Amino acid sequence: MSIPRPKPERFRLRRTMMFMNAQKPGLIKDAYIYGADSIMLDLEDAVAENQKDSARFSLYHALKEIDYGNTEVIVRINGLDTPHWKEDIRVCVAGGCDGIRIAKTESAHDVQVVDAAVTEAEKEFGVEVGRTLLMAALESPKGVLNAVEICQASPRLFGVALSGGDYRKCMQVKVIPGGIEMLFARGFMLNAARAAGIQCFDTVFTNLNDDEGFRAEVKQNVEMGFDGKSLINPKQIQIVHEMLAPTQKEIAEAEKIVRAFREHASEGVGVFTLDNGKMIDIAFVPGAERVIKLAKASGIYEGDL
Amino acid sequence: MKNAVGREIPKEALAVELKNGRKYEPYHGKGYRDGKYIKKAGPTSRIYQKPQESKLLPSIRDAIIATGLKDGMTVSFHHHFRDGDYIVNMVMKEIVDLGIKDITIAASSLGSAHDPIADYIEQGIVTGIQTSGIRGRMGDVVSHGKLKTPAILRSHGGRVRAIEEGDVHIDVAFIGAPTSDEYGNARAVGGKSDCGVLGYPVVDSEYADKVVVITDTLVPYPNFPPSIHGINVDYVVKVDEIGNPKKIASAAARMTQNPRDLMMAENTAKVMAATPWFKDGFSFQTGAGGPSLAVNRFLEPLMDEKGIKMAWAIGGITGPICELQRKGKVGKIIDVQDFDVAAIEDIRTNPNHFEMTASEYANPANKGAFVNKLDFVVLAALEVDIDFNVNVITGSDGVLRGAPGGHPDTAEGAKCCVIVTPLTRGRMATICEHVVTVTTPGDCVDVVVTDYGTAVNPARKDIIEALDKAGIKHVPIKELQEKAYSLVGKPDDLQWKDKVVAILEARDGTILDVVREIKPYEN
Repeated sequence: MSIPRPKPERFRLRRTMMFMNAQKPGLIKDAYIYGADSIMLDLEDAVAENQKDSARFSLYHALKEIDYGNTEVIVRINGLDTPHWKEDIRVCVAGGCDGIRIAKTESAHDVQVVDAAVTEAEKEFGVEVGRTLLMAALESPKGVLNAVEICQASPRLFGVALSGGDYRKCMQVKVIPGGIEMLFARGFMLNAARAAGIQCFDTVFTNLNDDEGFRAEVKQNVEMGFDGKSLINPKQIQIVHEMLAPTQKEIAEAEKIVRAFREHASEGVGVFTLDNGKMIDIAFVPGAERVIKLAKASGIYEGDL
Repeated sequence: MKNAVGREIPKEALAVELKNGRKYEPYHGKGYRDGKYIKKAGPTSRIYQKPQESKLLPSIRDAIIATGLKDGMTVSFHHHFRDGDYIVNMVMKEIVDLGIKDITIAASSLGSAHDPIADYIEQGIVTGIQTSGIRGRMGDVVSHGKLKTPAILRSHGGRVRAIEEGDVHIDVAFIGAPTSDEYGNARAVGGKSDCGVLGYPVVDSEYADKVVVITDTLVPYPNFPPSIHGINVDYVVKVDEIGNPKKIASAAARMTQNPRDLMMAENTAKVMAATPWFKDGFSFQTGAGGPSLAVNRFLEPLMDEKGIKMAWAIGGITGPICELQRKGKVGKIIDVQDFDVAAIEDIRTNPNHFEMTASEYANPANKGAFVNKLDFVVLAALEVDIDFNVNVITGSDGVLRGAPGGHPDTAEGAKCCVIVTPLTRGRMATICEHVVTVTTPGDCVDVVVTDYGTAVNPARKDIIEALDKAGIKHVPIKELQEKAYSLVGKPDDLQWKDKVVAILEARDGTILDVVREIKPYEN
């Protein structure tokens, strides 16, 4: 019996993406219980070179047999410089995953090569063409500098993510509290993503014993405008969700904007002022709607919008 | 006859004879005997009027002879030495060597250290077992119908009640003690095999006709303040070793790093924090297992957030609660048993860490045990069914391998009883349609927290309301059971023979369930 999955939504909420080894049945059998928005089944670094085929096998059956419900299922495939990526894509598409994370993306061309292979696989396995989403991981200075073209490379692409481990190696820097070593990469990638209208995700935080450091980094992510973060341990999930949750004040303001806009729109008015004197037009509405969506996902919304 | 948890209690179980002539009744629901009276059954105690220098005897064998132990009598033991216990096996070997037979063992608990007793059961020398825990080979032989009479399994509180009420009469109590003087004043602290407290055998010392203290560390008289008072002790024996200290005091219980356990622990703490009892001065007990233990860690930030402290913690005590107390977040620790070195170390030095007896802890028939004032208890389970009944005694193969311990006592007493368990273990559904054996009745269980969601007993509308108000999601328990079966399948029913091999007493002495002889599985 194969579990049907709904058509992936390109711009859904993706606050948390949790990595796990696609080869470990104990991990992937019910990875959704921890409440991450997306899980990232890894065929790349977590899997030894001589285990790639068995990992694909376990991944395929997981995708077919396990009901992941509302949790998005993304697969990280091996890099384009390896002999594995084409077969990885075939398994992802045949199994029906929601999206593919392209490792070590360095150019728009990389994304387009994967896009073409995905299309081919979709045709091969009778999957609706265009169903499978993509995201690109930037892991090198070259990838970061080409973020602008990468972010615009494919209609399948929903976002870009930074991969700090490799990037720091290339830059010959180590992890610095406060993230000065990543400032440019984060800032530039965010700009490229926003310019292209796609999502943007920050890299993993690997010291599991440093709760304070993790919270500081998530706080910075939120302040910089990231949509979400890659994670390596379930215990990080709730922290990100809590820190991304809007405040009650923000929720109230967002509600006011959405309601007022709807009322005024039905009366044919496009610009109006709220009771606090703030001028509102249609440009404010998507932001307000996003706040309400986040509040709902965070389980703190009590209104009826 | 069906009892209040829907279990068929056969006539042969109801007909089992208790020492005081009390007739067994099926379980009637929680609080059934509240307000009724018992007449306590006192021991026949020898008068020692003349001056006496010492109660020391040279060997266990001499002590057995001195007590006048005969065929058909009942002997008792405690389980403070856990898997490191040498006392039960040493004493039973001497009893058997003396040719005494038809013995009933009435222990506070028995464990895997006591495998040799299985042989005495098979040989027909031990004919009765009354205990909380039964495991290993002993569980196996009893489940295969080798014990002459049905084993009687009781909670810690239920055992004290049964002894005080006279359901069971102890002829000779053998009490292992880390230190004793020559008059039998015995303490848990000091010596080679420090176990922290001696809360369980106090009732044995007060209700047995003859009491023998066995120690490996004799100390000068008077060994005060004692847990076991010399005035209740007939004889003292010094042996080389009462147990294996490494297995008596296990290394400090380590906090689990398993993300699944941590998640369940965090959700349990959140459930607690959402209820009205989570306020300054609350009381708490938790188990020593992975997720239960980890609840301690998640409680702390929630207490800080609300600016509240715990007034007291009870139970089997482990390091983490002592640590919380050192941070000033727990008023008093009241301790019936120590599970790790950290707890044992703590009670030696901490003036706000006290020893209590099993009766003070959990006895339903005294004038108010600690459990009656408990706000929260967090417990584990082998199985929970859709009526919230819990099984902690029989495995998925139907064989006895657990202990009710304080589970039913704290569950009935506490205002909010939370069971924390993964939805499945290997191929087995933990949340099931019907537990193999009911050891804690569902009317005492309030919340079940699993890795797949939380369920609240529909009878607890107040808790449902509190969780809804706090935005904590919960689902009907049936949904959890269906999810479990969808993952691992519905297990075939176990196959049993007719013979009743064990009676599960509710803490008030009614019958909750029976365990029958297991039949090898046939397709």
